[in-house]
Amino acid sequence: MQETDEKEVIISLRGIRNEFGSHVVHADLDLDVYRGEILGVVGGSGSGKSVLLRTIAGLQIPMAGTINVLGTNVRTADEDTRVMLERRWGVMFQDGALFSSLNVRENVEVPMRPVVGLDPAIRSKLADLKVSMVGLPYLAGDKFPSELSGGMRKRAGLARALALDPELLFLDEPTAGLDPIGAAEFDKLIHGLSRSLGLTVFLVTHDLDTLHATCDRIAVLAENKVLVTGTLNDMLKVDHPWVHEYFHGPRARAATASAQAGHGGD
Amino acid sequence: MSPNPDMNVEIDETQATVRLVLRGALTIANVTELEGHLGKIGATAPVAADLSGVQRIDTAGAWAVATLRERIQAGGQQFDILGATEQVEDLLHSVANALPHPEALPVRRATLPDWIIRVGKAVSRSVQFLAALTSYLGLFLARLGRAARHPTEFRLTALVHHCEEVGLRAVPIVALMSFLIGVVLAFQGSTQLRQFGAEVFVVDLLAISILRELGILLTSIIVAGRTASAFTAAIGSMKMREEIDAMRTLGLDPAMTLFVPRILALILMLPILGLVADVMGLVGGGLMAWIDLGISPAMFVTRLIEGTDVNHVTVGMIKAPFFAVIIGVVGCHAGMQVQSNAESLGRMTSNAVVTAIFAVIVADAVFSIFFAQIGI
Repeated sequence: MQETDEKEVIISLRGIRNEFGSHVVHADLDLDVYRGEILGVVGGSGSGKSVLLRTIAGLQIPMAGTINVLGTNVRTADEDTRVMLERRWGVMFQDGALFSSLNVRENVEVPMRPVVGLDPAIRSKLADLKVSMVGLPYLAGDKFPSELSGGMRKRAGLARALALDPELLFLDEPTAGLDPIGAAEFDKLIHGLSRSLGLTVFLVTHDLDTLHATCDRIAVLAENKVLVTGTLNDMLKVDHPWVHEYFHGPRARAATASAQAGHGGD
Repeated sequence: MSPNPDMNVEIDETQATVRLVLRGALTIANVTELEGHLGKIGATAPVAADLSGVQRIDTAGAWAVATLRERIQAGGQQFDILGATEQVEDLLHSVANALPHPEALPVRRATLPDWIIRVGKAVSRSVQFLAALTSYLGLFLARLGRAARHPTEFRLTALVHHCEEVGLRAVPIVALMSFLIGVVLAFQGSTQLRQFGAEVFVVDLLAISILRELGILLTSIIVAGRTASAFTAAIGSMKMREEIDAMRTLGLDPAMTLFVPRILALILMLPILGLVADVMGLVGGGLMAWIDLGISPAMFVTRLIEGTDVNHVTVGMIKAPFFAVIIGVVGCHAGMQVQSNAESLGRMTSNAVVTAIFAVIVADAVFSIFFAQIGI
């Protein structure tokens, strides 16, 4: 932990409590995310991973706790500060959440519209650049979300999240519903983009291969809080039953094996 | 974060190599200005770009520099970047790799044949639509016949459930609407008829218009809005979630399990709703006639029985089952056309309502002509 102390904390959660009716999702949850890292959040179904993402992004108001993102207290910030803050992060929802009445290029342009003095022709070229950076062909920009496959919609959603060069990127299940080849490409894309653009990534996932391929650090959600954080190797040593089962199960072994084979080939 | 540092662009074209010095922040906020400056540099001389003074750069700034580099290099000239930090290099590199190269779509202008083709397609689509509706009607009748021969396959519980949904729950709105229509008719009729001293004929006016046309037509329109949309939404969402496919694989016939109870419920309930509408319309009209014209309820009833042929009720009621079949078939057919996305569900639901109302009005017009011809 000594080395992490020097890093800048970009998201800091303290004492978060979320509940729906009598169902407690998070109780006294603490978490830090450091600048430049890719943090993978894992946990069983219903452990509140997506709720946590929504809480940080301001879509879910917690019952208690403080949320500090990029040095701003999200819950007490006034309207203008919040708008400024929201331009500094991008969110990619599970199925892209593209606006269905706009084509892909227009979708990517939406966050750029409020930028004062940006020439529409340049805006559209920048949107084309973002579409190309996420690995979509040029002509995909003219297509509507309903004409795209699931993987392409996710890429387009990522392009929109990256439109304003955010410092912080939230990804909700980036590889869910993709075939293994598409998922592996998406992992590589996230890793590459986060390194070349200097992004901090907060990603929620079920996918052990994504953890292997992209994440610097892993946070495990269980028992209503962040049970443990650390690198993948740290996770293998944890002896909590769920964590042990998760990182030592047959799927985990397969993912480890394939990751090692991948490194061996490099 | 501090407010954006300003951008500073210097272009020195006096020497053999154009010297370009960029300082400050190259971001999306000032990329328009940056692009304006860089666009003036011609691709006729080599360019050396000094980026050592760049404090911040995002993909927009990197895009402007990378497109310039591409343009200069395409002109056969050298482009050097000096003093860039490793981070700026990285960003430039990844943006340059991703620079999109527009592929022009072949643009075709619409010609007269295109126009004719479009009209032809629209006509053939509407014919196909009518054919599809007819085949759904046939499917319903076939399954109804099957249900008569094999009563065990028939879903009585579903029928009762849909009767409640379609009939009982629609009673309040149908009754209220019809009562108000009666009130309006009596009021408007009495002001006109009073000019001739023929106030008492307001009873005939009410009886004929409500019993013969308005009662059942307005009821059908309300039911079309209420029930056709509900059928489409229910069947459409089952279609979306592949429940219909699941039923088929389990050997269940969607027409028997979904269409027959729904359409049959409509056929049974619409005449009853029409009757409710008739009675409430007469009550509303009678009340208004009493208040406005002083025609007592007893006189109203006498006049109604003496002056109105029972044929008017028959004519009105005969139409009800036909309207019910139209509404039901349109609703079920639209539901089955839903694809696997939510937009199509919304589109088909509103389509179903519009089509059902339109078809009911057309059918009513056809009935009017028919009854006029046979002289009822």
